[in-house]
Amino acid sequence: MRMDTVTAGFVALVDSAPLIIAREMGFAAEEQLNLELVRAPSWATLRDMLALGQIEAAHMLSPIPVAMALGLGGVKTRLDALSVMSVNGPVIGVSRRIEQALRDIGYRFDFHDAASAAAALNRVTNGPLRIGVPFPFSMHLELLHYWMAGLGLPDARKPEIKTVPPPMMVDAMAADEIDAFCVGEPWGSIAVETGIGALLLPGSAIWGFEPDKVLAVRHDWAEAEEDLTGRLLRAVWRAGRWLNSGGRQTTAAEILARPEYTNVAPEVIDRALTGRLVISTQGEERHVERFMEFFEGAATFPWRSQAAWIARQMALRSGLDPVSAMLQAKQVFRTDLYRHHLQDVAPDLPGASEKLEGAINRITPAASVAGKLFLMPDTFFDGQIFDPAAR
Amino acid sequence: MSARLSIVVVERDRDRAMLIVDSLREAGDHDVFVISEETGLARQISERNPDVVLVDLTSPSRDVLEELTLASSPLERPVAMFVDRSDDSLTKAAIEAGVSAYVVDGLRAQRIKPVMDAAIARFHMFQRMRNELEATKRALEERKIIDRAKGILMKARGVGEDEAYALIRKTAMDQGRKVADVAEALVTAAGMLS
Repeated sequence: MRMDTVTAGFVALVDSAPLIIAREMGFAAEEQLNLELVRAPSWATLRDMLALGQIEAAHMLSPIPVAMALGLGGVKTRLDALSVMSVNGPVIGVSRRIEQALRDIGYRFDFHDAASAAAALNRVTNGPLRIGVPFPFSMHLELLHYWMAGLGLPDARKPEIKTVPPPMMVDAMAADEIDAFCVGEPWGSIAVETGIGALLLPGSAIWGFEPDKVLAVRHDWAEAEEDLTGRLLRAVWRAGRWLNSGGRQTTAAEILARPEYTNVAPEVIDRALTGRLVISTQGEERHVERFMEFFEGAATFPWRSQAAWIARQMALRSGLDPVSAMLQAKQVFRTDLYRHHLQDVAPDLPGASEKLEGAINRITPAASVAGKLFLMPDTFFDGQIFDPAAR
Repeated sequence: MSARLSIVVVERDRDRAMLIVDSLREAGDHDVFVISEETGLARQISERNPDVVLVDLTSPSRDVLEELTLASSPLERPVAMFVDRSDDSLTKAAIEAGVSAYVVDGLRAQRIKPVMDAAIARFHMFQRMRNELEATKRALEERKIIDRAKGILMKARGVGEDEAYALIRKTAMDQGRKVADVAEALVTAAGMLS
């Protein structure tokens, strides 16, 4: 049997699981793919490796391909998002000092209500909060901006957002360089494990169904290698389905824990996969529905409205025209390739390629090809609805 | 722009930083500054306002530098990544050598090239040294294991050293495995039985 090799890069995070599982559980081999995985030390390096053709595909922060399409950040190669690799997953955490201040005013750490968490944070801080995020183009940063914008803080108290690579987040907090962070797992749980911080909110408390990572490839590669693109997409999609079926978390955690992948204790990885997070050094546990989603509710479908939301936020901050930015960004999320390559495999596909974001507050049947598709709640914490077609 | 380039090297390891600095000095009369402390990296760099920033590709701190590529006002000198693909072969060579560079937008490529060539050569040398060190370490580890396995066989079967080694080698060849792997399996098994 002839195997074709595809090399994919990832950053050591729990949500790189679909790529790792596609390789380890044989979903890639099923497509006659020899999926080679390369761990990247930073998002910038991963992006460069993909842009320069050292790898063919990557686990990537969803805003990176959007930023590149908008000409932000220097590197101009066009990337395409074939699918969303994971929905939700970041956590917001605070230092022990802020945790104590919050407890002193009677805050209960419900790990759920973003508005009350923000109000409580406001009461216990006087100056600007220093918040660490992994990368200037990340959902972590977008969620924070969205959440903080809702507070209407005066300029002097606007948070100071700093880039801190995830493996350094705990050290930065220990050294009192940051008061809070928004980071992907396992790094939030590691802050709790090491006694440096406490978890305040899951990212899903700000936006209930946010496209956190995508499966990214070069646009010209997707054009030239249609067959490989389809095989890769199907392998990763099946890995997401495998991760979603019950009882797989323990196995997945063991595989992800290996030194060549995340090199983190499996019981810590397990928290993100099961959505049962230990939020403080007192061992308080909180359960979050869809804390990190790889499949359910068409999670992997690259909705063009999601790309538009990201682009609009970025455009407004960097002085670009939001309407044309949204149009450019929609081209990056390849619903067309997703449909083409998964139509014979997926039990059902959405009928539309974009939707209102934030309009679904309970599990809802959606217009779809086979009429069997349900969408999951995707509300924003402030109840706003984003219309990708609005001017 | 003045003839001298202002170059910042981000490197924790002091010896390695010194060697890079030396090689850059050979490449021209440039103003080279080393940042070894990664806390407040973005601030330290913007204070120095360099023309070029060189950083190890395997350093997670690279993501911090990305912040600098976002000029917040037109008056600020934007630091664009050198890896803007204006010179693909140079960029590829740099990445393969494990060096990544951030260069102020508008700096001409011919001014960067000697600096980059020097940095690339130096990074390659480190790569080789690192690989050699690892290979040597591994060889030492393997020899230790094989010695222990020989000892176990000599004791258990009452054979001499050469015969013990021949037995391990034959087993390895029969099974298509490495001598060191067979030795390791034997040592592990013996440890469990004793």
